[in-house]
Amino acid sequence: MFYTTSPLAILIFLFFVSVVLGLSFYLGRRGQTAKGYYAAHGQIHWAVNGVAFAGDYLSAASFLGICGLIAFYGFDGFLYSIGYLAGWVVALFVIAEPIKRLGKFTFADALDSRYDSPAIKLAVAISTLVISAFYLIPQMVGAGALITPLLGLPHFAGVLIVGFTVTLIVVTAGMVSTTWVQFIKGFMLLIFCAALTVMILNRGFTATPVSSPFDPEAMRRDVGAKMFDPGIQLDEEPWPGKPYVKVISSKGIESFMRVTDEGWIPTQSVVIKPDGTKLVNGRTQTRDDDLDPVGTIAELPGGVEKTGPIGPVEFFDTFRQSTVTTWAKEDLKSEDGTRTTVYYPTQKTGDALLQPGGYFKGMTSTKFSEKLDFISLMLALFCGTASLPHILIRYYTVKDQASARKSTVVGIAAIGFFYVLTLYLGLGAMTSGAMDVTDSNMAAPLLARSFNELMFAVISAIAFTTVLGTVSGLIMAGSGAVAHDLLESFFRIPMNDHQKVLYGKFAAVLLGAGAMVLGVLFKDFNVSFLVGWAFNIAASANLPALVMMLFWRRTTKQGIAAAVFVGMTTSLLWILLSADTYSKVYGWDPTTSIIPFSQPALVTIPLGFLVLVVTSLITPPPAHPVAEELAEE
Amino acid sequence: MDHHEDHPHVVNRNARYGLILFAVYVALYGGFVFLAVFRTPVMGTIVPGGANLAIAYGFALIGAALLLALVYVVLCSRPVPNASKNDAEIR
Repeated sequence: MFYTTSPLAILIFLFFVSVVLGLSFYLGRRGQTAKGYYAAHGQIHWAVNGVAFAGDYLSAASFLGICGLIAFYGFDGFLYSIGYLAGWVVALFVIAEPIKRLGKFTFADALDSRYDSPAIKLAVAISTLVISAFYLIPQMVGAGALITPLLGLPHFAGVLIVGFTVTLIVVTAGMVSTTWVQFIKGFMLLIFCAALTVMILNRGFTATPVSSPFDPEAMRRDVGAKMFDPGIQLDEEPWPGKPYVKVISSKGIESFMRVTDEGWIPTQSVVIKPDGTKLVNGRTQTRDDDLDPVGTIAELPGGVEKTGPIGPVEFFDTFRQSTVTTWAKEDLKSEDGTRTTVYYPTQKTGDALLQPGGYFKGMTSTKFSEKLDFISLMLALFCGTASLPHILIRYYTVKDQASARKSTVVGIAAIGFFYVLTLYLGLGAMTSGAMDVTDSNMAAPLLARSFNELMFAVISAIAFTTVLGTVSGLIMAGSGAVAHDLLESFFRIPMNDHQKVLYGKFAAVLLGAGAMVLGVLFKDFNVSFLVGWAFNIAASANLPALVMMLFWRRTTKQGIAAAVFVGMTTSLLWILLSADTYSKVYGWDPTTSIIPFSQPALVTIPLGFLVLVVTSLITPPPAHPVAEELAEE
Repeated sequence: MDHHEDHPHVVNRNARYGLILFAVYVALYGGFVFLAVFRTPVMGTIVPGGANLAIAYGFALIGAALLLALVYVVLCSRPVPNASKNDAEIR
């Protein structure tokens, strides 16, 4: 869909970016020591750190992705909310305090605290960079996708704006400015999403009755009689075996009807001709000739037209008893090379949309391997959060373990509150009548636009700021991995305090430039699943090493390094050979994949534990194991 | 706070509380995943208020995470005898 550039959105966006950059320059003098640059001097208040956790964690995938999934598929999008939040339980109960106690600047510091092993530093630095890259790409591509509706600029402009802004944020004051940017973003996200939810409940639901399907015989008769358009023609089999009829007006405008048992249903279409010409609903796409917005309630319980303001529990009860018009799509290819995507409406009960299985078909599949795929995803989400390097380094910004604990609780409260809101936002978007049928990621901003332009401007600007907060955390994690873990610890390059900061900033500039290149390169690539990959790799590479170091005194440095390497490479290899990647990335037949299910965590996390145990048992025991502390009484 | 967070008694006690609460949450989370995958129709059961079990259980999981987190903070803030800072440094 075309989006009208909103001057208000531009103003609010510029205001946000100015505040964020102004704050970074103001805080710049505080990040000039290594401890200041990498860990904000360990002086961030736990409450601020807690909200910054939310700002760091709630990425574009959380905000735009989950709302979009719920808006298009119903309850299944909320499963991501549940999994993402559950991961924080692992972080609090198992990881938070040891990380704070053992580490200094990076995740590798904690893992290597008793070993001084170059192999551990190398393995963890590489895994940090790989995980951060997989997390970074969707954020940068998301920034590019947001910039067009927000500012009317091309994709690469969004990528460059985020890249330069984030690099400036990180280079000026490192973790100090990154923390405050994440705090502001987290706070704004919560406030405005809560406001949007209140607006959804206050508006309630409105029914938009669906027109009856066309009677096929009457349609043929009318076309035969040429009652409406003397030149109208029908092609009753544009794609052999597919349930569509092509209607061609005398002006040559092509539209498609979907053939159903009830009759012929009008659809929407996007046609790409072999010469690259793009037609939407049969016309060249302009602001006036564009796809129609979708997403309505066809019938409310009791046949009422409007519910009026509605309570938070009543919201689900009413939705469940309603009939909702959702849209599905089918990609079709003609012999001349023309590619057509047909979007057609389907009526679903609210009850069905609120049950699991609408998106993750594996849940309701009779194939056990498909069920395992979903279980593996939920395991990756559960174990991945506490293994994400950009989250773990936030623990170094508070003064002690009690603060680490309390800040995680604040983080859980803030993130949990946001995830509860996602279900209201997603279902509100689904029934707002404002959805772009081609782009689920725009669900939240378009929901906001269905209220007013101000809300659209604010939510769009927040979505953009969301990218800034997460990307700055990722660049910080990568900067520490390169400068501190690789250059200083692995290559043993001698550095004084000033040089540690200098190398860190230089690494941040390189990573920022790399992020911009990735954001442009992956523009047309379906990247939404990359965050799921990052969780799988993080959980497989980092969690076994971290847990065993803490709780098994026989854990050796060779065991840790081997577990990180094997966890990272096997999960990556599994992903690259999976059916999902075959179909979404390579465009190959997914049934030819040799991997039984796509999400690796169910196999590669236990494999990481196994490799660590076996390697540790065949190598000399450590002199001062971390786990010994826990055994002492 | 009259105990030191680095003292092995405190570290050990907190880790034990953490693991117990973690096990409780794993059971709750595992129950949700089990129902979603192997008893999917049960998730459609209507609960008081009009939502279904899937939504109620999902919200309960989010609420339980916060509740257990608060319990953990309270438990960890209780003093441990003979776990002062000096004692930690001696060790």
